[in-house]
Amino acid sequence: MSATTATVGGGIARKVGSLHRERRWALVTAYISLVFSAIIMLAPPFYMLITSLKTSAEIADQKGNPWIVRNPTLMNYWELMTDKLFQGFFINSVIVTVIVVVLTMVISVLAAFALARMRFFGSQVLATGVFLTYLVPDTLLFIPLYQIVGGLGLLNSIWGLVLVYPTLTVPFCTWIMIGYFASIPKELDEAALIDGANWMQMLTKIFIPVALPGIIAATIFAFTVSWAAFVYPTAFVTTPDQMPLTIGVVSQLVRGDTFAWGQIMAGALLAALPPVIVYAFLMDYYIAGLTAGATKG
Amino acid sequence: MAADGTLAAGAPRTAGHGRATTLERFARRRSTIAFMMTLPLILVVAGLVAYPAGYGMYLSTLNRRMTENIGFGNFEILFDSDTFWNVAWQSCIFAITAVVLKALIGFWLAHMLHDIPAKGQRKWRGMLLIPWVIPPALSTLGWWWMFDPSYGSINWLFSVVGGPQIPWLGEPWWARASIIIVNVWYGAPFFMIMYLAALKSVPDQLYEAAAIDGATGLQRLRYVTLPMMANIISITVLFSLIVTFANYDIVRVLTNGGPRDLTHVFASYAFQVGILSGNIPRGAAVSLFMFPILAICAFFVLRGVTRRNKEQM
Repeated sequence: MSATTATVGGGIARKVGSLHRERRWALVTAYISLVFSAIIMLAPPFYMLITSLKTSAEIADQKGNPWIVRNPTLMNYWELMTDKLFQGFFINSVIVTVIVVVLTMVISVLAAFALARMRFFGSQVLATGVFLTYLVPDTLLFIPLYQIVGGLGLLNSIWGLVLVYPTLTVPFCTWIMIGYFASIPKELDEAALIDGANWMQMLTKIFIPVALPGIIAATIFAFTVSWAAFVYPTAFVTTPDQMPLTIGVVSQLVRGDTFAWGQIMAGALLAALPPVIVYAFLMDYYIAGLTAGATKG
Repeated sequence: MAADGTLAAGAPRTAGHGRATTLERFARRRSTIAFMMTLPLILVVAGLVAYPAGYGMYLSTLNRRMTENIGFGNFEILFDSDTFWNVAWQSCIFAITAVVLKALIGFWLAHMLHDIPAKGQRKWRGMLLIPWVIPPALSTLGWWWMFDPSYGSINWLFSVVGGPQIPWLGEPWWARASIIIVNVWYGAPFFMIMYLAALKSVPDQLYEAAAIDGATGLQRLRYVTLPMMANIISITVLFSLIVTFANYDIVRVLTNGGPRDLTHVFASYAFQVGILSGNIPRGAAVSLFMFPILAICAFFVLRGVTRRNKEQM
């Protein structure tokens, strides 16, 4: 375990001298690959940024390098931010995401606690079922859900989205919370039981504080997934004033034959900003949540 | 399963078992509390996953106006249509090619990251994961613009180095390739992160032992790294196969199925038939075709994860 930090670079070349050159080559190859792939990975967002800073005239001008901007302008951003429709998309996304994240965390923390610590009839089956539900993609069930949401009169409404988004978030969050809770030593529960704590106190006083990193990771996951959800809003919402950002930008900014590319790119970047900001500040939790699905639980 | 290692005090009891005693005691029962805590989860799973799944199967047996049960009529019509077979082929080609490329690129990048000094890894990892963080529907808009026939920046780069001008989204095979490129760009960082985590968990002593035995780089990969990572590789590949096979966003934004419906995958075709053309039962039938392959993948993912948990216990 500690060796991973001690042997910088994977501990491949331990033998002195003769392997020194092999080691240096490995390092050079590594850096070349990383620089090359970083350029490719970052090119699309970079190009989106460049385009969003251009005027329509500059975009239409086919001469010269499209990868640089000559007369940068914030007009595209300004027009979007003062646009009532775009503001509406943003507000819809925020409302749906906040409610879904709160619902998800309440549902999954309660359920994960019960499944990880209070063995009861069917708990095994339920835990497996939760994991299988996580593997059901949204595109498999969106047509029956369309009928169900329609039957409830919630098509073209953000409340229909609030109803169905938990199918995307709850299974995975429950699953990783089971993993985090199961890794808490049993001595802690026993100590709490001896002190006369009931189950609810045990959850709020011990499990939630101790498993806080897991809770943060699950919250980030729920946030990113609800923010980026695309299939459900595309299917269930066709009136612009009820659209969240993803489908709003894709369907409303892209219209007609003349595309306002600068504005489309500005809209896409603004819409992508919240998850990117969360990622930038909470990268370690983000990655912990990402890898937890297979390594914990 | 994680629940394996739970506190095993007291035999499992059913929630309704204690009705003979007073209601109060029943309510204080551990199994009752546990059931109440999992109730919201059960409602979500039963009401929004299990019920729609059953309902979807029922829907697929109805006629277009949903007035009459026509058995396997929808499936028969689909089997007779060329478009449907194109969709099936395209889904398989797309998912398999994209997953293989993602896995290879992810594996390579994870190794490269693992090779550089530890203090630089965080920065590189942070940069390389950006494609995964941007909602795919939005980043695909950027790709769409880069593939644009007259203003496309990729073709501009090709023209600078004297390469050919490629009709990215206009010609079927190039359109298929474009969809795969975008999907690989989006998904490879995920593989990289998973494999990097797996690489870091391989004990260093194994490499030391291999070095003492005089193993070459390739032998180390073949006899130490791959066996140690086999489980996580299979979980990640199968999981990605499910997600990629059911992908919708990229196809919808990039080509919307065109040219001539040749780049539709199951999800986008189901959307086209079910929602846009209003033939809900046939749309449901199309998306049900995803079920068998997803079920097979899910079975093996579950087995892999269970096995992994047992090893760690």
